[in-house]
Amino acid sequence: MKNEAIIEIRDLVAKYGEKTVLDGISVDIYPGEVTVILGGSGCGKTTLLKNMLRLYEPFSGSVRFCGEEILTMDEKAFNRVLQQIGMLFQNGALLNSMSVYDNVSIPLELHTKLPRHIIDRIIRVKLHLVGLSEAIYKFPSELSGGMKKRAALARAMALDPLILFCDEPSAGLDPITSAALDDLILDLKQQLSMTIVIVTHELASIHRIADRIIFLEGGKMLFNGSLPDAKRAGIPQIDRFFEVGKF
Amino acid sequence: MKVSNATLYLEGEFSKHKVYELERELNSFLKTEHINTVDLSGISMIDSAGVALLDEIHTRLQPKARILLFRAASSEVQAVIDTFTTLKLEVQARDREMGFFEKLGDSALYGWSQLVETFTLASEVFYYSVIGLFDRRKQRKGSFVQQALLLGFDALPIVALLSFIIGFIIALQSGVLLRDFGANVFIADLMAVSIVRELSPLITAIIVAGRSGSAIASEIATMQVTEELDALRMMALNPIRYVVVPKFHAITVVMPILIVLSILVSMIGGAIIALGYLGLSVEVFYARSVEILTIKDIVISFGKSIWFAWVIVVIGSHFGFQVKGGAEGVGKSTTSAVVASIFAVIIFDAIFSLLYL
Repeated sequence: MKNEAIIEIRDLVAKYGEKTVLDGISVDIYPGEVTVILGGSGCGKTTLLKNMLRLYEPFSGSVRFCGEEILTMDEKAFNRVLQQIGMLFQNGALLNSMSVYDNVSIPLELHTKLPRHIIDRIIRVKLHLVGLSEAIYKFPSELSGGMKKRAALARAMALDPLILFCDEPSAGLDPITSAALDDLILDLKQQLSMTIVIVTHELASIHRIADRIIFLEGGKMLFNGSLPDAKRAGIPQIDRFFEVGKF
Repeated sequence: MKVSNATLYLEGEFSKHKVYELERELNSFLKTEHINTVDLSGISMIDSAGVALLDEIHTRLQPKARILLFRAASSEVQAVIDTFTTLKLEVQARDREMGFFEKLGDSALYGWSQLVETFTLASEVFYYSVIGLFDRRKQRKGSFVQQALLLGFDALPIVALLSFIIGFIIALQSGVLLRDFGANVFIADLMAVSIVRELSPLITAIIVAGRSGSAIASEIATMQVTEELDALRMMALNPIRYVVVPKFHAITVVMPILIVLSILVSMIGGAIIALGYLGLSVEVFYARSVEILTIKDIVISFGKSIWFAWVIVVIGSHFGFQVKGGAEGVGKSTTSAVVASIFAVIIFDAIFSLLYL
């Protein structure tokens, strides 16, 4: 589409035991775009996301971030890469022993030299953006599922990362909060030129934010392109996906 | 960065990597210069840390300047500022810390409520255990055997090993003193009374509290967190009857078995010292051990062990049902259950000792 790819994935194969979950995926993620990874349950979406980030070790293949191979990178170099990446996990993955405020402060305290009062402002504005100003000193156990997810998003974007990965950000959220989250994602993309990779099933969300969609089925990539192109491609699985979601 | 005609000209990159140095540079200007305008036209890039720094500048200049103007930001920079500014946010106050006496009162109330809830649970467990003896329809088939294996059979090796070591050590420590007084033969009396009346029930109960009490608490807590208990309720099954009662029945049967094993193995440990170090014969050791023990000793030993078993199940279940939060709550409940069970076992042991000297 435009520019050079910020992430280049080549021939990525992932297995759970003998079962092949990703079968030779090759895809490029472009800067400043919202890329949505789509597909039915168990098709390998989350596995693809986690293999990209070395949370799982792929069986074979290559993942390049800004031109650098990250699968073979040493830990120190990879940690530098990770500081440019934010990840929102499916269930939030907040540290339960810390308040929401402290959860968001972790990356800011550990990866920057920012003074405390600046960190405090960043935390408050990030939590305000996700609509959690009221819950700033609460603990994760006191939050609903949707609130946990929003707090986790605030933590993921604490460092204004170059790339934000979101695993099902809208799942479990009401439509209004979900739409507000989409608006925030679009703001992050437009104002900070953030690259965003999202795994989601929410069709409304996909229509609002997706610049590019990657459709997976059975561990293989069926489609990679814009949403209008996906609808015109005449691929039965994709047509069915969008058809059953109509209301 | 410079100041001219009461205007602070900001330039360059205002990002998280630069804010630390920028703030140090700014401090000198903000302290010495009079500033009523901040020119943002030179800012080439800004992120949320940069916006936080601008807000900090605003907060520090505002009290000094009658009119403070931030001007000439590019549209891109202005958009980022509009998104990340903290100036419009209300500061959320932290909850007030409780005073010493409030904490004390709170803890006392909490302790009391825990006690009441434990007794309530205990009464329900006893009730359904009796009902369950006659009507097993609402209990899963095979659950008694499964729990008996889990709580009893699996604990056999550890109970046997620790009991042997403790019997051996007590005999060794006592034997040294007894030999000095030529009272070698009394090792059998000493071992029999201390092991049967006190040590075997106590040691076994502590092992079971640590091993099975934690397993009970974590299993029930996990079921609570994952809504499995709610699912049982929605299937018209009482969680206490379905989950706790099989454990209660199983531990009531297996605990005396563990005690018998513990007594036998401890006595073997003691016999090794009595025979090898103190020169007693097997016949003498056996005869004196049996002679010194009364029916009362045996009854107290088994009575205590069954009581301890009930305490462990009730406390483990109580902390399991009380879990709050997610995975972290399960860990906390399990830890609390083990600590409370061991504490309760020792307290009850002291009470038994006072009552049946």
